[in-house]
Amino acid sequence: MAQFWQQVVSGLASGGIYASLALALVIVYRSSGVINFAQGEMATFATFLAWTFLHHGISFWPAFALTLAVAFAGGVALERVVIRPVEGRPVLTVVILTIGLLILINGATQWIWGGAVRKFPSPFSTRPIHVGSAAFSIQDIGIVGVCLVAVALLTLFFRFTKLGLGLRAAAVNPEESRLVGVRVGWMLALGWGLSAALGAVSGMMVAPVVFLDPNMMQGILLYAFAAAVLGGLESPVGAVVGGLALGVLLNLLGTYFSTFGGEMRLVGGLAVILAVLLIRPTGLFGRTAVRRV
Amino acid sequence: MSRRLALNTAGFVVAALVVAVLPRFISSYHALEWANVGIYFVALLGLNVLTGYSGQVSLGHGAFMAIGGYTSAILIAHHGVHDVWTIPLAGLVAGGAGLGFGLPALRLTGLYLALATFAVAVAFPALARKFERFTGGNAGLVLTLHTNDWLYYLSWSIAGAGLLLGWLVLATPIGRSFRALRDSEVAAISSGISPALYKTLAFGISSFYAGIAGSLVAISTAYVNPQTFPITLSLFLVVGLAVGGLGSLPGSVVGAILIQFLPTYAAHVSKQAPQVIEGAILVGVMLLLPGGAAGLFRLVQSSRQP
Repeated sequence: MAQFWQQVVSGLASGGIYASLALALVIVYRSSGVINFAQGEMATFATFLAWTFLHHGISFWPAFALTLAVAFAGGVALERVVIRPVEGRPVLTVVILTIGLLILINGATQWIWGGAVRKFPSPFSTRPIHVGSAAFSIQDIGIVGVCLVAVALLTLFFRFTKLGLGLRAAAVNPEESRLVGVRVGWMLALGWGLSAALGAVSGMMVAPVVFLDPNMMQGILLYAFAAAVLGGLESPVGAVVGGLALGVLLNLLGTYFSTFGGEMRLVGGLAVILAVLLIRPTGLFGRTAVRRV
Repeated sequence: MSRRLALNTAGFVVAALVVAVLPRFISSYHALEWANVGIYFVALLGLNVLTGYSGQVSLGHGAFMAIGGYTSAILIAHHGVHDVWTIPLAGLVAGGAGLGFGLPALRLTGLYLALATFAVAVAFPALARKFERFTGGNAGLVLTLHTNDWLYYLSWSIAGAGLLLGWLVLATPIGRSFRALRDSEVAAISSGISPALYKTLAFGISSFYAGIAGSLVAISTAYVNPQTFPITLSLFLVVGLAVGGLGSLPGSVVGAILIQFLPTYAAHVSKQAPQVIEGAILVGVMLLLPGGAAGLFRLVQSSRQP
């Protein structure tokens, strides 16, 4: 039983990472109906920036905050420069554009920092704390904590600020929001900025665990997709619940069924995507889209 | 219409002649490079049926190429089947896998297909390593070598047949249904076209092409392992598709040439340069020239007519 709870907690830690990236995807999806395939690579790029800050002697939490600010600005800039010109074009065009960004940013990361695998320091100690017969690592608990705080802050922002209200309004009904004075274009850019910052959180939390390399987020992006699909692609609550549930599920699968251990965890993520699409395509919290013809 | 048909036929015959005599003028090494162009062309034809004509995008065509490649390799290495006969089988296996995969992935919008195919491309190498008994794991499977000229003619005759088949399919009511769904799903549904059926069919056809291309990769490199079909292959195919032009089958040649030759030339700048350039090209094309090379051709053509 001790092993079970240990696996649940470390599953929650990976789940928190998936949840942050999944939430980033969902924010962009809600505001523009597009999946940003470059979300993972943007997070990797930000994490490499954080590594550079740390390398220059800035301590962890200031570097963390600085990275979030840069990622936010980068996200806003990317939306303004690359995505805005194709606003109103078919979704396919925008999706292919984000695939271009994926390739471009991944290539740029390798160009700037090289392909070598690096160690990324963890702000938390890996020392275990003992509860009964189970041993939980402080790092796992810290990761869950940071991801949940990020999500909570974002929720407060969306719920209780005027800007958050504007963002939600622009996502639900851009036409009418424009009429009441919401600057919809800037709201989209803001959404991209918040997503980029959230992605950076997941990148900086996962890097100490999997080591920092330019392709580190490819697998995480797969899990974030699975989490978002599981929760329902347009539901922020769903992304968080889906991420945490997925982390625990994959951990337990890997522990008790050796087939899904190691690299096969990726196949587990794929299986979750396909199973959700077969059984309940709108996910746990999604609503069936009703279209007026 | 008949004039267009005559023009297309003339264009096809001229192109076929050029392709047929080209190996007389280039070295054997270059013939192999051009054989690869033919292979990418086949893969892009399939991707174009899916993306250009029915409005879905696949980020995992490398994985479906891998299914075809492994089908051929296993038949050749374990069962002693002659290379050429494995090609149609590889197409059918990959096409069948595509139909099975499209069924859940296409229940909602095309975005889910993009997302699920990305997951397939990322997860495929793990699967190939897992079933080591069939796939040879990381060591892969070694096949028989062929001469470069033979590979050149093999891949280009299949590319030619694939182009004709693509035209044929798109000229039938099936092709019209694809375009109808792409242009307005609502209007298509009200005319009695089942979106799930036709989208899955488009994905099946496109996976069939991918399987054939993958089989040709296996035969021409005489070797497959999990790294033969990396995720970057899937992504570069999307670049080639966009550059060649969505919705233009012959335009895909331009995309195939880009996929084959850009890495060689860009590597002179830096080892990482090809990827940055591919990404920048894709972003640039989507921003400035959504029709790709074929769109540019049409633009020049229409500006010349007063």
